[in-house]
Amino acid sequence: MGPFIETLIGGLMAGMLYSLIALGFVLIFKASGVFNFAQGAMVLFAALAMARLAEWLPRFTGLDGKLLVNVIAFAGALAVMVVVAWLVERLALSRLVNQEGITLLMATLGIAYLLEGAGQMLFGNDIYKIDIGLPKDPMFLFEKTFEGGILVSKEDLYAALIAAALVASLSLFFQKTATGRALRAVADDHQAAQSIGIPLSRIWVIVWSVAGFVALVAGMIWGSKLGVQFSLSLVALKALPVVILGGLTSVPGAIVGGLLIGVGEKLSEAYLGPALGGGIEYWFGYVLVLGVLLVRPQGLFGEKIIDRV
Amino acid sequence: MLYRENGQFKTTYAADSQILPIRQDRIAMMLLLIAAFVVIPAVSSEYLLRAVLIPFLILSLAALGLNVLVGYCGQISLGSGAFMAVGAYVAYNCQARFEGMPLVVSLLAGGLGATVLGVAFGIPSLRIKGLYLAVATLAAQFFVDWACLRLKWVTNDSTSGSVSVAHLDLFGLPVESPQARYLLCLAIVVLFALITKNIVRGHIGRSWMAMRDMDVAAAVIGIRPVQAKLSAFAVSSFIIGVAGALWGFVHLGSWEPAAFGINRSFDLLFMVIIGGLGSISGAFFGAAFIVVLPLLLDKLPYWTGLPMDTATASHLALMIFGALIVFFLIKEPHGLARLWATAKEKLRLWPFPH
Amino acid sequence: MKTFIACAALAALQLFAAPAAVAQAKEQFFPLLVYRTGPYSPNGTPWANGKQDYIKLINARDGGVNGVKLTFEECETGYATDKGVECYERLKGKGASVFDPQATGITFALTDKVPGDKIPLITLGYGLSASADGGVFAWNFPLMGSYWTAADVLIQHLGKKEGGLDKLKGKKIALVYHDSPFGKEPIPLLDERSKMHGFELVKIPVTAPGVEQKSAWLQVRQARPDYVLLWGWGVMNSTALKEAQATGYPREKMYGVWWSGAEPDVKDVGEGAKGYNALNLNTSGQSPKVIQDILKFVHDKGQGTGPKDEVGSVLYTRGLVIQALAVEAVRRAQERFGKGKVMTGEQVRWGLENLALDDKKLAALGLTGVIRPISTSCFDHQGSTSVRVHTWDGKQWAFSSDWYQADEALLKPMVKAAADRYASEKKLTRRTSAECQS
Repeated sequence: MGPFIETLIGGLMAGMLYSLIALGFVLIFKASGVFNFAQGAMVLFAALAMARLAEWLPRFTGLDGKLLVNVIAFAGALAVMVVVAWLVERLALSRLVNQEGITLLMATLGIAYLLEGAGQMLFGNDIYKIDIGLPKDPMFLFEKTFEGGILVSKEDLYAALIAAALVASLSLFFQKTATGRALRAVADDHQAAQSIGIPLSRIWVIVWSVAGFVALVAGMIWGSKLGVQFSLSLVALKALPVVILGGLTSVPGAIVGGLLIGVGEKLSEAYLGPALGGGIEYWFGYVLVLGVLLVRPQGLFGEKIIDRV
Repeated sequence: MLYRENGQFKTTYAADSQILPIRQDRIAMMLLLIAAFVVIPAVSSEYLLRAVLIPFLILSLAALGLNVLVGYCGQISLGSGAFMAVGAYVAYNCQARFEGMPLVVSLLAGGLGATVLGVAFGIPSLRIKGLYLAVATLAAQFFVDWACLRLKWVTNDSTSGSVSVAHLDLFGLPVESPQARYLLCLAIVVLFALITKNIVRGHIGRSWMAMRDMDVAAAVIGIRPVQAKLSAFAVSSFIIGVAGALWGFVHLGSWEPAAFGINRSFDLLFMVIIGGLGSISGAFFGAAFIVVLPLLLDKLPYWTGLPMDTATASHLALMIFGALIVFFLIKEPHGLARLWATAKEKLRLWPFPH
Repeated sequence: MKTFIACAALAALQLFAAPAAVAQAKEQFFPLLVYRTGPYSPNGTPWANGKQDYIKLINARDGGVNGVKLTFEECETGYATDKGVECYERLKGKGASVFDPQATGITFALTDKVPGDKIPLITLGYGLSASADGGVFAWNFPLMGSYWTAADVLIQHLGKKEGGLDKLKGKKIALVYHDSPFGKEPIPLLDERSKMHGFELVKIPVTAPGVEQKSAWLQVRQARPDYVLLWGWGVMNSTALKEAQATGYPREKMYGVWWSGAEPDVKDVGEGAKGYNALNLNTSGQSPKVIQDILKFVHDKGQGTGPKDEVGSVLYTRGLVIQALAVEAVRRAQERFGKGKVMTGEQVRWGLENLALDDKKLAALGLTGVIRPISTSCFDHQGSTSVRVHTWDGKQWAFSSDWYQADEALLKPMVKAAADRYASEKKLTRRTSAECQS
């Protein structure tokens, strides 16, 4: 029983971390209909910016105090992501309006390569550290009931809380603010939104900036866990099933999908894995999604696809 | 002035429905084939043959297969690397387990193996559409990646998980020299291109294009979605499987599953999109772009004369590659094949402006 | 658009030009296959820097090998097999006489090509374990060790820790490995040893590149093995140590192969990796004479390839050793085929098969204490299997064991059997002593 609960909790927390990345995908798709394959590269770029700024600040300005340095590095990285968002919208997206989905998909892949190359050239390709003070050692609960206790990673717990806070604040942003309402209007119907005076290009810059912010938070947390290096962009591949499972247009879907995929992956690796030789985690998530899609082709919470003849 | 069809009258139905109706096109194609079969092997260096032309040919074959699925039938597939892997491993098993198996039979068996997988993973396409299907095909990619590493019978019980093929020979003639390998690949590519061109011009191809444009309407007028979509998956994965077998046997010689990873799938999709969806020549243009461009970009930073270490050069190459992809998609979203078609249209009027 | 197409066409014509003329007379060309990008670059970069710095040292300090200057060209492979093959094809025409692929996958692909091109491959501490048998693998040189010798020594060390190999009975040893031919290579030997001594081997694969390892380490926690052997490369190593810390597995019970025990793997984790052990084929640190020479002749003159504080790190020194052995093979070949001449691949192969570096020669090279004496032969392409264990104390590595040798009684028959199997698959015949003299 103990190992099962441990794996379950581990899965739930891993799932929250996946949904952090999935949020970026959902935000951009919701507002502009573009499936942003560059999200992984954005996570990497943001994390690199923050890690290197946190390293360079004390060296060049003599600032001390971890909290201050981290906050300034975060703000700096956020500014970088806003600039990236603006450039992407100006140079790529505005010229690709009305193209087919697959063309936009390929364009974001091109942007992904561009960001990966630029990030590594500007910031380097060693393993860099992000230290935001998250505790690294685990805690053991219920040591009396279960032998060895239930392992709960403190770092993951903090990360899950940060992710939940982010989701809550994003939901508030969408529901309560005028910009949020404008974003929802654009997601609903571009032309109608334009006809009532919502500036489309500015909205897209805002959306990509918010996605950049989400990528930065995701990069900060994953970078603190794994270290910031090129392979961080590959974590996005683990978040793709989450996006699809939850439905491409639903923010709560990203959370629910993340939890389901996280739990599914870890439990399958622990209980099904040994029978099959191990290492099944990577494809199990995708096969799970495939199964759900056969029943609900638009994901759990996605909008139903309506074909008009 | 030169490229006009004045005076070329067709007197039979067969003449009217040939692939290249304009005589200048036929002459150009003949010259191209002569250059490809005779001139290039004679003058090219070993590096050019082994590292540029052979990968170009094999990848254009794979892009051809993917174009059938994505361009003609409209089903986005991100799992093409998996089909190449299955083709390579099935062909390897045929070659390794059966003494004296002819090379051609192994290659075709690889194609058939990939077809089985293709149809299996094509069944979801009957229900799932668009981007959801793209991600669902990634399931095929990762599953095959894992299976090739874990299932011992796939690699013929190789302890290390890496497989290699011994001397290749085609009906007794050894296929070892770069020229022989190039000619083998070229022959297979030309054959498959011809067959595919004819398939897409026929009723099967038209049913694919109907499914791509509006599948509900196609079903209404009597085209069976199951047949159309699954046949697209079958034909596409057969071609990709043969390409995978060639990649393993002829280009790499010895490979591990990572050779057919997700980067390969993305590369193939790039080739198809940049080359031009729904066109046979587009596969070749796209493959040329993706194979040749990185090689040029790797050398480019050194031409500027600045001292640069390999890491910076690689990063620059990656950046320029990404930027060029976005640039091409902005300038001509329908790909290089459309650019070529536009050029030919202008040639018909040349030297007049309109 | 038109100018763009014109430029592209001009650029494409460059490719059609024949490759650059063969290396000028009196220059020995060394192709350097490296990866400075991608998930394995943190470990690949110091390795590449070590190789380059050594070549620069030989030119600066000795004026080359008997007057023949050394030249090099780096080619970025990104650890990908097809790029490795492309680099090989491009550089072999420039007079390359030896290759170090730096990757097991590329090694497999090149093993098929080198017999035809007659260029030897140095695969120091990696590649096919069976290639130690020079009778079948005429062109592969897994100098100083392979994955089978590594696994063997690790079991010997664990046995010593327990007070005897028989005390391993009933124990549990987990192998957390990179899911690729590189990671799977030690499994046959570990299976053999587990049968011999009665310990249970738990195999836990980590999908490449090993970025997310939570499930693997939850499994380790639930299996509660007595020891964990880590067989990773690149980012997988530091992630494994971080996850070990996050799941509370004592790092003192973890033992890594020599590719999982270098500064990039533990620097990030710092105190969290304290007590972690790994094999090491060479020393680290800036005290060996050859390192001092490099600092003096290369870095102090501003010619250093990488940062100065990287000089002397574990992987830097290993790259340096690989290049040193390659240069010594050239020197040995020159002794037979003509001092002061440029050596071909076949001649360098003879040099590699007749390496006899004793303490005196090592001292002359400045390698005293860095590696142990090594001597190869036509049928033994390994030369030496000496290796030690070192431990991370939170700030640096320190050796924590004596020198071990792999158990030849166990390994020789296994290597021969594997080589025979390879020969029958590829329809090769074993070399005879007569063929070795060329």
